[in-house]
Amino acid sequence: MKKGRQIPRIAWPLFALGLILFFNLVFTDSFFAITIKDGHLFGSLIDILRRSAPTLIMAVAMTYVIATGGIDISVGSVLAISGSIASLVVWGGNTQYLTSAGSQYYAPMLSIILIPLVASILLGAFNGVMVSFIGLQPFIATLILMTAGRGLAQLLTGGKVLNFRHAGFEFVGRGYLFGLPFPFLLALGVIVLGTVITRLTPMGLYIQAVGGNRSASNFSGVNTRLVLLFVYIFSGFAAGLSGLVMTSDITGADAGFMGLYMELDAILAVVIGGTPMEGGKYNVGGTVVGVLIIQTLTTTILTKGIPTEYTLLVKAIVVVVVLIIQSNKMREVMGKRQGKMIAKGGAAV
Amino acid sequence: MSRKRLFQISRRDMPLVATFIVFLLLYAFGGFSYRNFMTPRVFFNLLTDNAVLGITAVGMTFVIISGGIDLSVGAVISTTAMIVAVLTQAGMNNVFVIAIALLFGTTLGFLMGGMIQYFKTPPFIVTLAGMFFARGLGYVLSLGSVPITHPFYTNASSIGIKIGNGKLSMPAMALLAMILIGWFISRRTRFGRNVFAVGGNEQSAILMGLPVTQTKIAVYTFSGFCSAVAGFIYTFYTLSGYGLAAMGLEMEAIASAVIGGTLMTGGYGTILGTLLGTLIQGLIKSIIAFNGQFSVFWIKLFTGGMLLGFILLQKIFVYGTKSRRRKR
Repeated sequence: MKKGRQIPRIAWPLFALGLILFFNLVFTDSFFAITIKDGHLFGSLIDILRRSAPTLIMAVAMTYVIATGGIDISVGSVLAISGSIASLVVWGGNTQYLTSAGSQYYAPMLSIILIPLVASILLGAFNGVMVSFIGLQPFIATLILMTAGRGLAQLLTGGKVLNFRHAGFEFVGRGYLFGLPFPFLLALGVIVLGTVITRLTPMGLYIQAVGGNRSASNFSGVNTRLVLLFVYIFSGFAAGLSGLVMTSDITGADAGFMGLYMELDAILAVVIGGTPMEGGKYNVGGTVVGVLIIQTLTTTILTKGIPTEYTLLVKAIVVVVVLIIQSNKMREVMGKRQGKMIAKGGAAV
Repeated sequence: MSRKRLFQISRRDMPLVATFIVFLLLYAFGGFSYRNFMTPRVFFNLLTDNAVLGITAVGMTFVIISGGIDLSVGAVISTTAMIVAVLTQAGMNNVFVIAIALLFGTTLGFLMGGMIQYFKTPPFIVTLAGMFFARGLGYVLSLGSVPITHPFYTNASSIGIKIGNGKLSMPAMALLAMILIGWFISRRTRFGRNVFAVGGNEQSAILMGLPVTQTKIAVYTFSGFCSAVAGFIYTFYTLSGYGLAAMGLEMEAIASAVIGGTLMTGGYGTILGTLLGTLIQGLIKSIIAFNGQFSVFWIKLFTGGMLLGFILLQKIFVYGTKSRRRKR
């Protein structure tokens, strides 16, 4: 803090989150109360962690995609495909008796988890190949999968909502481990996985290089195609995992509406968190805060008893405010004041 | 290329030609496969059924040519329809209702453009916030469906010019009018040329002294206006306002522009191509409806496949000419 007086990028999103939490501290009773119920932690804050998990998993992977200067708008559809496949596997691929209350067929856990994930990774690889080897613009490449993928998910389920009961699989979205919601632990796992890959290998550096200047990094020996392939595969994997969590949580897959517009929430969280859409820089911590802002806001609106129809309006206003606070215009204004302060102190930047 | 050509098509127009050929092929396929497909009725219904998408796509094309994107269009359509429904049911004069409805979309577009330009925030996120705002407003007005019973709207569906066994309906006329206006603006006005210049290279446009700020704000304003017009036309079909209407239409509008040859990086695109892109998506829907065996879910798969095919085709053309330097 002594040198340069630079405000870290994560400060603003943290400030916004703090503001919403402070609002709850003052106006919502027992918002911060955490009790132990049925052997696990229980309370509004825990609920926020649990509900934010699917978006969080997606948004963390999206951060890396955006850092390469790309975008992945297909994640909502990939989520729906993953969830649909998972439900189909639970049903043993047999949707003939869909009207009955529950499945008597117990599919092995491993196949319920692995088959959708492999499918999602393949879909991510499709995006990656389109962007890196064929050279399509990320938006269009993933728009193709977004459109076709939604249709594919609906074809898989025949347009029906596939409900199921499966004690083992339901743990993924509803279970608690060490007193914490299992989906949140999964999200933490994805964060750790991403961090390990980007920090312990040069991948993080490569991602930033590709986002900064793709041809320059290509000329300096970075295998840009593999880097791009990796981020889209990771994004596909995360979307698939997110689909598993969601399907397991609602014990069913609604291919038409599952994950609809979730890609936008994930991208929003990334940008609110301070990762610029032009790429070249990323801030996973910021993304986590961004997701928490969106979820805390939604939970606050629900607990305050504000009619749900106002949720989107409030969300729109908060997004605009956060964008304005973060914008370069505001930074310029702040920068000028900082400059004056530095000039007074006689310190060089 | 010194020879002055009459029939020679410039390389730049190749994507448009390719789109047109695919449109003809699809139409011919429909005509050979199903009786009554090549009748005026089916053709004019194609225009009528895709009027909302087409009108929206005109505004979207301008935004994409300028190098931006507008995700709010679907929400603006549904909220415009909702405003029309609520105000009409409240007994307000039709002229005022239409004015307020059009003003809503246009103002929202203007505000979004201003925010994008003034705060230098990404269009993707700003128009996403615009989408939240418009949808939210629609929900606040009414969570359910609001019917419109005013005779002006119930009679409007019967207005039209009979051609053969088909009818050039009012939505179809509105579509053609907006396409004409869009074409005129893009090709015959200074503003149109500025949009191409800004999308091609914003820095150069600034250095050339073009009014970049005004152009970019105007582009989003125009897109908002187009969506509002589309939303107004939408009320003629459904005779109601519904907050969940036109979900995902923004992506269809983007697909229309892209299939029509508009480059997402900005700087190139045609309104005629966008019309063809819209009609191609409509043809896919018609053919699947005529077939009757495929489920509606195939529409999305086919549209996605079509999108992929077009992009690859364009890629080959662009690669073939080598005249365009690659972005990124």
